[in-house]
Amino acid sequence: MIKLDSKIPKGPIEDKWTSHKFNMKLVNPANKRKYDIIVVGTGLAGASAAASLSELGYNVTVLTYHDSPRRAHSIAAQGGINAAKNYPNDGDSIRRLFYDTLKGGDYRAREGNVYRLAEVSNSIIDQCVAQGVPFAREYGGHLDNRSFGGALVSRTFYSRSITGQQLLLGAYSALSRQVGLGKIKMFTRREMLGLTVIDGQARGVVARNLVTGEIESYAAHAVCLATGGYSRVFFLSTNAMNCNTTAIWRAHRKGALFANPCFTQIHPTCLPLHGEQQSKLTLMSESLRNDGRVWVPLKPGDKRKPGDIPEAERDYILERKYPTYGNLAPRDISSRAAKEACDAGKGAGDTGQAVYLDFADAIKRLGKKVIAERYGNLFEMYELITAENPWEVPMRIYPAPHYTMGGLWVDYNLMSNVPGLYVLGEANYSDHGANRLGASALMQGLADGYFVIPYTIGDYLAGTKFQTVKTDHPEFQKEKDAVAEMTKKLLSIKGKRTTDDIHRQLGRIMWNKVGMARNEQGLKEAIQEIRDLREEFWKNVNVPGSAEDLNQALERAGRVADFLELGELMAVDALDRKESCGGHFREEFQYEDGEAKRDDENYTYVAAWEFAESGNWNLHKEHLEFEYLKPTVRSYK
Amino acid sequence: MGWFFRALNSSIGKKFVMAVTGICLLLFLIIHLINNLTLYGGPEIFDTVVKNLESIKPLVRVIELVLVLIFVLHIFNGVRLWIENKKARPVGYKVNGSSENSDLFSRTMFVTGSIIFIFLVVHLRTFWVSFNLGHPLAAEHKYYQIVAEAFSDPLYSILYVAAMILLGFHLNHGFQSAFQTFGWNNKKYFPIIEKLGLIYTLVMVIGFASIPIYFLFFYGGNL
Amino acid sequence: MSGNMNLTLKIWRQANANAVGGFVTFNVKNISPDSSFLEMLDILNEELEAKGEDPVAFEHDCREGICGACSLVINGRPHGPLARITTCQLHMRHFKDGDTIWIEPWRAKAFPIIKDLIVDRTSFEKIIQAGGFISVDTGGVPDANAILISKDAIEKATDAAACIGCGACVAACKNASAMLFVSAKVSQFAVLPQGQPERYQRVQAMVKKMDEMGFGSCTNTYACEAECPKGISVRNIAQLNRDYFNAKLKSENVEA
Repeated sequence: MIKLDSKIPKGPIEDKWTSHKFNMKLVNPANKRKYDIIVVGTGLAGASAAASLSELGYNVTVLTYHDSPRRAHSIAAQGGINAAKNYPNDGDSIRRLFYDTLKGGDYRAREGNVYRLAEVSNSIIDQCVAQGVPFAREYGGHLDNRSFGGALVSRTFYSRSITGQQLLLGAYSALSRQVGLGKIKMFTRREMLGLTVIDGQARGVVARNLVTGEIESYAAHAVCLATGGYSRVFFLSTNAMNCNTTAIWRAHRKGALFANPCFTQIHPTCLPLHGEQQSKLTLMSESLRNDGRVWVPLKPGDKRKPGDIPEAERDYILERKYPTYGNLAPRDISSRAAKEACDAGKGAGDTGQAVYLDFADAIKRLGKKVIAERYGNLFEMYELITAENPWEVPMRIYPAPHYTMGGLWVDYNLMSNVPGLYVLGEANYSDHGANRLGASALMQGLADGYFVIPYTIGDYLAGTKFQTVKTDHPEFQKEKDAVAEMTKKLLSIKGKRTTDDIHRQLGRIMWNKVGMARNEQGLKEAIQEIRDLREEFWKNVNVPGSAEDLNQALERAGRVADFLELGELMAVDALDRKESCGGHFREEFQYEDGEAKRDDENYTYVAAWEFAESGNWNLHKEHLEFEYLKPTVRSYK
Repeated sequence: MGWFFRALNSSIGKKFVMAVTGICLLLFLIIHLINNLTLYGGPEIFDTVVKNLESIKPLVRVIELVLVLIFVLHIFNGVRLWIENKKARPVGYKVNGSSENSDLFSRTMFVTGSIIFIFLVVHLRTFWVSFNLGHPLAAEHKYYQIVAEAFSDPLYSILYVAAMILLGFHLNHGFQSAFQTFGWNNKKYFPIIEKLGLIYTLVMVIGFASIPIYFLFFYGGNL
Repeated sequence: MSGNMNLTLKIWRQANANAVGGFVTFNVKNISPDSSFLEMLDILNEELEAKGEDPVAFEHDCREGICGACSLVINGRPHGPLARITTCQLHMRHFKDGDTIWIEPWRAKAFPIIKDLIVDRTSFEKIIQAGGFISVDTGGVPDANAILISKDAIEKATDAAACIGCGACVAACKNASAMLFVSAKVSQFAVLPQGQPERYQRVQAMVKKMDEMGFGSCTNTYACEAECPKGISVRNIAQLNRDYFNAKLKSENVEA
């Protein structure tokens, strides 16, 4: 029987992390090099963790399926990173960032974790500046801040619209430095396909060399997964084409619990769909909502050009519904408002699947120059993709799957229920509850990597007895055989449908029934449909090529096979959670004005799912305690 | 001194050598042109100028030696860079789109340089050898006449003019390229350097090329 | 809603690093002008997969022009005919129905082909590992606002730091030179106060590694800048040159 222990330290919330750091065991500096740690993934969390652990003296091995760590999808984050520096003197504090994040997550995250996140946020900014990350500056040379959704203070540090890139390149340079010094062994073009558990401890991974096809084993004392989120389960999402759930899913199949899989975030400011040939959706920074006003025609079916619709016949949906936060309402709320308007027939443009994001007022108020300075490259990007000029015609935006708050369950130390298996960044479920605020993903990834894991992993290593394990251990062979078996099977089906075709169908099921608004009937249908689709996949998919060389079709097929299991679990979890909170909106549970109705009495828990067999899970609940912030109705009015 | 040669042998070092020798040659060309322009002053002035140079022969020899060294370095490094750069892309593109992303002058430095080298050899044979190594007219200090005779051959003059145009191609890129290599590329000043380069090139090409044209068309009758 | 463009593709195919490659002709039909270039290749690949044939291997990931994974020399131009975008940001509306499009991999000794259109850009990694960083361990750094940086300096640094490491500069350069890539990193740190302590050591280490990896040298054709999807300026190369000379003249390290 699994007992979920969050391991939140005792004591006042301000002191928890400090006293925990003191109470944790330390590894003797001379002994650190005797410990091997594997880090899978090289995004913000993975790269920062690998670099920091190596700097401490651990023997670090890094795996990534990319050709370079710098390709990880953290690079695409545009807007910024939050920190409680309070440089603008507008009333920010660690406590306020903690409060905003917890409230933003609709009280479905742990207080202790969230407080720690807010606490280390300031160190992240210091660290990044020291690395040469070019954050925007004021004329006096000090750091500049901008506002983001879900906050009434200006606490977001940014670098034009390429903050994610700059932060990742910072972490990447730290990682590269360690590789150059010979302290990190870096393996690129390796995809983790299996976790090796020996005596109940995570002791290594099995990965496919994507160039030669060889299945390789890597042994260690601890494994850190920093492999990102699973929005690609929707097929169309803002995630990169290679983003997948495989690493965490294979770990889940080996015993790691999957927590809150149904908590997915639909981002409000994405470019609308152009047609059937679309392969992914493009996000535009949420920072656009600082100056853009979201509106739809007041009358359903109004097909006039936006410029021809007079002010009186426009509905500024966010400003009307949420006067306090206006266009800066949190992501889940903004997305749902857009969907509601489109469902009511008020959608913008030919497809009717979009709302306007209008800068006309801001341009009038601030001038073209200021707007160009703030959003110039976003405007260019918009025009490049849509062939419409946003200086003249309001942008059209529509929500798209973007971030997954759910992920592998971890305790305060970021360790999953499998000893020695750590999960960092978006891959874990820890800090964002049911909804993540803008500019908080970068913060969490780097907090986990730079400032949490270097402390907590030492405590585990120093306090654990290890038997000597090398890659010739029979468990590795077993895992390799299982991977080879699956590969062989995928290649031998030779059916009639392509992987993408099945993935697209899965995406449609997920978007329609496990997307922005869910209901019991839809979820039950989704579960059945996904099961049927999974069966069809294993009977009728066509994966060409061989296992012995670079085979992108095979890579995709393996990932979709895992999505076909995860999709079902997301529906199962959404069905279990009979309340609306954050990104999870159950149509049965809403107030009369359409706001989400949380059920704190029955659902103040983390749903952690244990894999029994494909299509069968056991639910474990970790109850959330709120000592400092009593859950209230999350209002942004 | 190991560090010094390693530095000059690095990719940037080789460019540096190209740029330094190139600038020296640019300066040399100015002096050469000034000398040549005395031809317009008539036989007496030109012959006197050359005769005066004869009187400081040892110094001229040293300068010539330095010049040879500069030329050799420029050519040796140029050829070496060309070979190495070819090796950096063993398989080329089927479709060449370079005309869309760079100018002709910059892409043809090796070709223009090679042709200029051939010209240089012919040029030295025609003039330097004649002036220095016992041409009967040189003994009488009738240098002007040697020039006039050489340019009375239309083929030679045409080739000379063509070579000057190619030299222009080479100089036009080389001038600003040297500044870029030295790292003197600045938003404010580089456009000025580019314009200076163009002016320099035009002055050189027109100046040098005007002489055979002058001799061929306007002076021809007075020989 | 599919489109109405029909195209002929001439694509470089090569089974692996050691195999002999060649161009193969494909026809794609009903392409929407709103589709991206890579979506057009997706359609081709899905057709190939449906027939049980090997899809064309090409690298791509974020599809929004920032990860630097996508490459492709399209009709002789790295990242296609438009300036300042990556291949994934190129839309089919910039081609005409009936066009023949030549698609080739990056060509450079330092970027050997792995398969079809995929090349190995590890040489870039090695250059960064040699010195493309500021040596600072996690923790123990001053408050972020303790380091003042002028707006001008930060703009310059950000311009240079925008490099996505795609390798188009190398692909475009007639000498397959990596100077623009290297100079972008060198310049970013050269204009920031944090980068000063290692400034001269960094530039020497990175140039040394660059030369070892088999890239050509810069002959100032500026094709790199013209093809760079992020418009990285060749002024960075001037900065690199300057720093390199200064390093050689000023630093007392005779081993470098």
